[in-house]
Amino acid sequence: MRELRIHGRGGQGSVTAAELIAYAAFEGGVFSQAFPAFGVERRGAPVQAFVRFSDEKIRLRSQIYEPDYIIVQDPTLIGDVDVFNGMKAGGIAIVNTEKSDFDSGVPEGVKVYTIDATTIALEELGVPITNTTLMGAFAAATGEIGLEPLEHALRSRFSGSMADKNVRAAERAYNQIGGAA
Amino acid sequence: MLEFMEGSHAVAEIVKRCRPQVIAAYPITPQTHIVEDLAQMVANCEIDAEYITVESEFSALSACLGASAAGSRVYSATTSQGLALMFEVCFNAAGMRQPIVMTIANRSLGAPLSIWNDQQDSISLRDSGWLQFYAEDNQETADLHMIAYKVCEDHDILLPAFVCFDGFILTHTFEPVALPTQEEVDAYLPAFNPYQRLDAANPLSLGMYATPEYYMEFRYEVDRAMQRAKQAFVKAGREFGEQFDRDYSALVEGYRLEDADTALVAMGSICGTAKDAIDEMREHGRKVGLLKIRTYRPFPAPEIADALKGVSTVAVLDKNISLGNGGAVGTEVKAALYGSGISVYDYIIALGGRDVRKRDIAAVVDLAEKGKGDIFYGLRTEVL
Repeated sequence: MRELRIHGRGGQGSVTAAELIAYAAFEGGVFSQAFPAFGVERRGAPVQAFVRFSDEKIRLRSQIYEPDYIIVQDPTLIGDVDVFNGMKAGGIAIVNTEKSDFDSGVPEGVKVYTIDATTIALEELGVPITNTTLMGAFAAATGEIGLEPLEHALRSRFSGSMADKNVRAAERAYNQIGGAA
Repeated sequence: MLEFMEGSHAVAEIVKRCRPQVIAAYPITPQTHIVEDLAQMVANCEIDAEYITVESEFSALSACLGASAAGSRVYSATTSQGLALMFEVCFNAAGMRQPIVMTIANRSLGAPLSIWNDQQDSISLRDSGWLQFYAEDNQETADLHMIAYKVCEDHDILLPAFVCFDGFILTHTFEPVALPTQEEVDAYLPAFNPYQRLDAANPLSLGMYATPEYYMEFRYEVDRAMQRAKQAFVKAGREFGEQFDRDYSALVEGYRLEDADTALVAMGSICGTAKDAIDEMREHGRKVGLLKIRTYRPFPAPEIADALKGVSTVAVLDKNISLGNGGAVGTEVKAALYGSGISVYDYIIALGGRDVRKRDIAAVVDLAEKGKGDIFYGLRTEVL
């Protein structure tokens, strides 16, 4: 079983990202589970959402403490929240930052992919909501979900031009990380 | 066919396919998504039901009670403070023998205010005459709704039922669920055939007052129906298994109990985490198993005693506290095992949404095997 923990702030779509990543993984043929950290949700407050991937039916219900993967939607979280806490050696972190030389508190053995998802989201969607962009980055960096099931997941949630824009944002991130991965 | 969906949505979809004729509910976290979905389905004419919007949970269940007495299949859902507000109506619904099915998205009770999961709400209604079924995952949650209608509406039973699933932990979790089609549900669950109904042409009264000469006999009849519900559940669960290949014919379900020395006993979603923890403990040579209680009411005391007869130590995980006397499930398991020689320990755990990890399950097993129990597990040290 592989586990993903998404760190974001309320309003950035972390819970939606977890659902859509898990949906795409399920479409891709594995068992998956997505759930939020059941906090007191407030716009701007640190939030977490979780995804599990497994070849067998998933029974475990605890939150995720030793993730294989993390996504950090907002670089300002680092410092406030120990986003790397418990990460497995060999784990993969996807961090939204404009700094290409990001190395803040990265544990040994964790591979970090940085991406300026805010800029991509602003250009493609016109709003700094980075969840769908980071889903593309996650797909490329980890291989847990393919681009096609990801597109399908996005189109299941968004319709019309909103779907096209989100797919484009995810694709841009996928291609950018795909070059690096 | 497995589909990927939220637990609350799975409940709404299966309730729709059970064809309730009247739905009355009041939204409350973490039950909200269920009734939002159902309200939308009614508005979209996907379901031929009357959705009665009400100003409180008391009114929601009162509307259900009246509609059921008038001969309709009815549905409601609530949790926590909402269920507390239904307290009076719950006893009336059971006493009037109305087969209402209500989903409980299990949540703690205030004060202090908590929106998070434990099972204090439904367990506090254990003496109300409602059947109580607890689900481990969203598949079981959906399936138990079909079984609940079948058991409740059986003319030998005629009692209401809670289908309980853990708030947030299951309600808000997305996972694969196989939902029977409308045709499959229709084949399993026939149209509601009321035993009696309020009818101006053939007047009858329900819920009249009973003098001391008669009251006890009414209570006796409810208790008898509760006892008969065990067999009705087994039968409905077996029929479900024959049609859908998922067997719910057992009131209690063992996991790796065959050669176990120590058995955990639990209800609801914590059973899934416990199973994973047991697998890990087994890899280290620990002979540990789990007994999952699916029907808390009627309480399967002989079935529990039978399932646990080979073990020496039992650790009950209680997501509730009967303040002043330990956990409700633990107390009843101790009574069920009275005289067996088995050491039974109770652990109050995960109240108000505190997360339970595999290592917590292992720690409880360690405590039980050392003879330390009847405690709150995992308290902050500043209160000790």
